[in-house]
Amino acid sequence: MNQRTPLIIFALVMAAIPFIPGVPPFWIVLLNNIGLAALVAMGLVLLTGVGGLTSFGQAAFCGFGAYTTAVLTTAYGVSPWLTLPLSLVVSGIAAVLLGIVTVRLSGHYLPLGTIAWGIALFYLFSKLEFLGRNDGISGIPPLSIGNFRMLEPDTIYFVIWIAVLVSALLTMNLLDSRTGRAIRALRRGHIAGEAFGVQTPRAKLLVFIYAAVLAGLSGWLYAHFQRAANPTPFGAQAGIEYLFIAVVGGAGYVWGAVLGAGIVVILKEILQSYLPYIFGGQSQLETIVFGIMLVVLLQLAPTGVWPWLMARLPIQPGRRMPDALLPLATPVRAQASSAVLLQIEKARKQFGGVIAVNDVSFEVQAREIVALIGPNGAGKSTTFNLITGVLTTTGGTISVLGNKVDNAPPQEVVKLGVARTFQHVKLVPDMTVLENVAIGAHLRGSAGAISSMLRLDRADEAKLLTEAARQIERVGLGDQIDQLAGSLSLGQQRIVEIARALCVDPLLLLLDEPAAGLRHMEKQRLAALLRQLRDGGMSVLLVEHDMGFVMDLADRVVVLDFGTKIAEGTPDAIKTNPDVIKAYLGATA
Amino acid sequence: MNTTIMLFLLQDGITNGAIYALLGLALVLVFAVTRVILIPQGEFVTFGALSYAMLATGQVPGTAKLAMAMGVVAFGLDLFEARRSLRPRRVARAFALNIALPAAILALTYGLAGPKTPIAVNIALSLLIVAAIGLFLYRIAFQPIAHTSVLVLLIASVGSHLALQGLGLVFFGAEGLRGPALSNAALTIGPLRFTGQSLAVYGLTVAFIVALWLFFGFTLMGKALRATAVNRLGARLVGIRTTLSGQIAFLLASLIGAISGILIVPITTLYYDTGFLIGLKGFIAAIIGGLVSYPLTAVAALLVGSVEAFSSFYASNFKEVIVFTLILPVLVLRSLAAPAVEEEKD
Repeated sequence: MNQRTPLIIFALVMAAIPFIPGVPPFWIVLLNNIGLAALVAMGLVLLTGVGGLTSFGQAAFCGFGAYTTAVLTTAYGVSPWLTLPLSLVVSGIAAVLLGIVTVRLSGHYLPLGTIAWGIALFYLFSKLEFLGRNDGISGIPPLSIGNFRMLEPDTIYFVIWIAVLVSALLTMNLLDSRTGRAIRALRRGHIAGEAFGVQTPRAKLLVFIYAAVLAGLSGWLYAHFQRAANPTPFGAQAGIEYLFIAVVGGAGYVWGAVLGAGIVVILKEILQSYLPYIFGGQSQLETIVFGIMLVVLLQLAPTGVWPWLMARLPIQPGRRMPDALLPLATPVRAQASSAVLLQIEKARKQFGGVIAVNDVSFEVQAREIVALIGPNGAGKSTTFNLITGVLTTTGGTISVLGNKVDNAPPQEVVKLGVARTFQHVKLVPDMTVLENVAIGAHLRGSAGAISSMLRLDRADEAKLLTEAARQIERVGLGDQIDQLAGSLSLGQQRIVEIARALCVDPLLLLLDEPAAGLRHMEKQRLAALLRQLRDGGMSVLLVEHDMGFVMDLADRVVVLDFGTKIAEGTPDAIKTNPDVIKAYLGATA
Repeated sequence: MNTTIMLFLLQDGITNGAIYALLGLALVLVFAVTRVILIPQGEFVTFGALSYAMLATGQVPGTAKLAMAMGVVAFGLDLFEARRSLRPRRVARAFALNIALPAAILALTYGLAGPKTPIAVNIALSLLIVAAIGLFLYRIAFQPIAHTSVLVLLIASVGSHLALQGLGLVFFGAEGLRGPALSNAALTIGPLRFTGQSLAVYGLTVAFIVALWLFFGFTLMGKALRATAVNRLGARLVGIRTTLSGQIAFLLASLIGAISGILIVPITTLYYDTGFLIGLKGFIAAIIGGLVSYPLTAVAALLVGSVEAFSSFYASNFKEVIVFTLILPVLVLRSLAAPAVEEEKD
């Protein structure tokens, strides 16, 4: 079945509803409200469900959109269609200003920050003279085409739902792209993405702005639907409600936003009509039920209704092959000014009083497999983090092909052709193996967010996916290519990480315990692959505890103990080195 | 501006700030132990204050019934969770805590409530009611998801806030209430007049700060609570009952909230939804304190109170805007000061 078929059916059904005889006008009003809420929630899906940035302040961005058009159309007589781009731009600019402050916030500071500015903006809307204070602005002109004025709910209905469908389509296109993968990787932390060149702060700001612009669009539509704007629908309560909609529908799913909006808006309507009978004529009682439902929902179905529904559908979406098999160009890299690939000189890392890496020096030549071994806590992974820019050095220099990289950000290090895997696997579990591996090729593609939304990135995208598929075949996981990364065994996930690193087309591969969790046969296959890579011109630096594996494979071994290099040499020399034996087995071995 | 106005504003700011400090402390306490960012803290304030105000008029507040209802739900959850090993002792304990306790409170409230009930009894009843609500809130809304991320807990917290605030409207109506003052004594120093009420506010705030600091820094129980916050599994492995820790934290927080409410309801009229804003201002203080430091939170709360007092004098329209914008530079500084090197968990 074509990917687009359900969408087209949905669009046709929505288009037909107003023409069904006997549909009460009130239903159309409800559908309009659902569409408006769905737009905001869709932004939240991208921001919170996919990107992991929780915002309670989205309603404020609706306010920017609504007030922009309200002021311009009523006070300056600007045509409503002209204010649309302006509303979106104003919301976008507000998002840039707030986003620069907000997306820097880590962990729980972020949602709290959004509550704070959400409330501050609400009070600002309700106090500013030119926004009409608490009364707001009324008499906003309706949208019109020629002499046709969209005064009735069933006319603006089409504008609202076209906006919803187009936004959903653009959002899905965005998620299914190079930029989309970078966004989807955000929620799992920034280290893995940055190791492959993703500019995480920029990606976060991008989703923040995107969500704000969608909210601004909803606000603009709201202003011309209600033909009035006042502060109440843009306050903290509304911001909470939008988040609620996203959580109910399924915060990770674009259609979850539409479904959630439908459920919440209809439920709210029912509650508002019937609760006063139970409690006796008071307003706002639906919040009690909402609050309780939110708590219950988090306990019973934390991923929302949409994925629950999808899992019960008989048809599951099939494998989506790249559109064409196109080769990916080899990346152009800075020219080498040194024969030594990686040179570490007196690298030092101190955490307070602890010296994790103590003036360690060693080199990796071209076409060489070097093993970095040592007991637990010897500083091996810290050395990896220093090389790849995850940590900054306290002293010493690290250079790749003669370019100094100590204290360079991870995104710069990977550009020089250094790719890595992680000791604790850092894959996105709800993305397929193919998509995870394609993140490795991030720097080898160039399509941006806008071209992805408009599907102008397909050639670029096909090349990236083809390369990812090639590397997956190469590491022997071709059968698992469409499985979710989280469903693989830990050993297989480590191999996926290697495939992802290979997508960089690296000169130097850093592997952190690649053989952990592998069975004997798998280890042999891994060793064969690494030898083949070396013979093809790549160098490998690996940390590993399996001595049989290391001694069999490595050309040279560097031994660390308590952050200090205690030995370096061929595997045979290391095996008989008394210092190494002492470090591993104790003094009197 | 002359000195007298400045002193008045400062006094006003410090009185409000002391309340924010109390709430900030409770928020830090709950976050440090359970990782819950307790948005319903404001509801503890209004529930405490308005229950006290209603009791003062001789009526039985709906909160007493709410405590009972929540107890029944908590009992049901306890039974469901223990359905495979329903030993009589376990059931009896759950019954005592979840049914007998709120029933006793409800009975006491009906028995004692009246127009002539002494203030002290009304205060005690309000505190009991709100403490029970706090305890059951943890059991119902947070204990089942205690292992999840800060974010999920935060959303649950927002849900609880919505529900409780809506119930507040049902119990107390949309009209604001005021309660009788605790004491009518007053003290005049220079141009400033200190009421017994504001002195009680200062005294209790300082007492709580010192007590919490001592409790968490120097007692085994306090350290156990902190250990729970850092690593639930680790704490359980060394024999700390993490569920109990959470219950204690919520009990303390609801008590502190109710006390704050009872302290301010004679000074200012409280509405069913006032608590949210007051609680959020406590938050700003707690966040400035990094959600960990009690003394820093207290100092920050005084700052928030003073900024509020001065901005209400100079730009009264933009009071809330200024107070809530205050948090942004602080958050940025906090984020910059402690860059997240370790990966966020999901």
